[in-house]
Amino acid sequence: MKGSTIIFYLLSAIALISALLSVYHTENIQGCYLPVVFIGWNCRKFISGCNMNLLPLCRLLLYVGGITVLIIFSIFLTQQAGELLPVQNKGRFVFAGLAAMLGFILMLTLLFSLTFTGTSAEPLPPTVENVGKQMLGIHEGGYALPFEVVSVLLLAAMVGCIVIAMRSKSDPA
Amino acid sequence: MEPGTHSTAYCKYGPFLIGVFGFFTRRNLVTMLMSIELILNSVNLNFVAFNKYLWPDKLDGAFFTVFIIAIAAAEAAVAIAIILNLYRSHHSIDVDRQKK
Repeated sequence: MKGSTIIFYLLSAIALISALLSVYHTENIQGCYLPVVFIGWNCRKFISGCNMNLLPLCRLLLYVGGITVLIIFSIFLTQQAGELLPVQNKGRFVFAGLAAMLGFILMLTLLFSLTFTGTSAEPLPPTVENVGKQMLGIHEGGYALPFEVVSVLLLAAMVGCIVIAMRSKSDPA
Repeated sequence: MEPGTHSTAYCKYGPFLIGVFGFFTRRNLVTMLMSIELILNSVNLNFVAFNKYLWPDKLDGAFFTVFIIAIAAAEAAVAIAIILNLYRSHHSIDVDRQKK
């Protein structure tokens, strides 16, 4: 087994443990684990040689710089530091565990029962030219329209956030 | 064992399992939001892995991932605005404690 493969599986395990901690930790600072999860995934993508250097950069910018900061802000604005989260309902815990495990088994069964035939074509190098041509292409296989739709969606989300979070005049200060 | 579509299954579907379980069991809105982020990231990993191991001559999986990341960012921003508004009016972000 190659060194890069060992590192790949090691980082995957770290990412999974971080994901568990970020969701199940009982202290409300659990959001601080989130960067570890995403950085773990980013490293894993780099090391596994996924041939897509654009994605880890996007994730690093958006998750570490944006979403994680938003989540940590929301934790500090809505809860007392050091306060513990309420104990979980046991019935719900069992039901959710069963539902998640059944879904997981179904996905694995499907994955291992199917055979995938990939292409043996040469990998497309993810250079700026190739990515730009396909991302902003208006011909077949181009992604110009979804790109524009996503930009409108982000603008709408930004305006929506401001409107929702604005304090109304009747609210107490 | 070299990473492939089947051998990486546990790290693709693991976060999905954790996210679904967290979404159903946790009643704190921020934790529920983090669970949804985990689910979306698991979907992203699937797109990237299948693109890399089955169709390396195309970049479609990468573009879908970029769009999902953008939608996840928009969703997180709107959700946090709603959570803050809810906390201002109800002084709690626990789903079970919400009353009309």
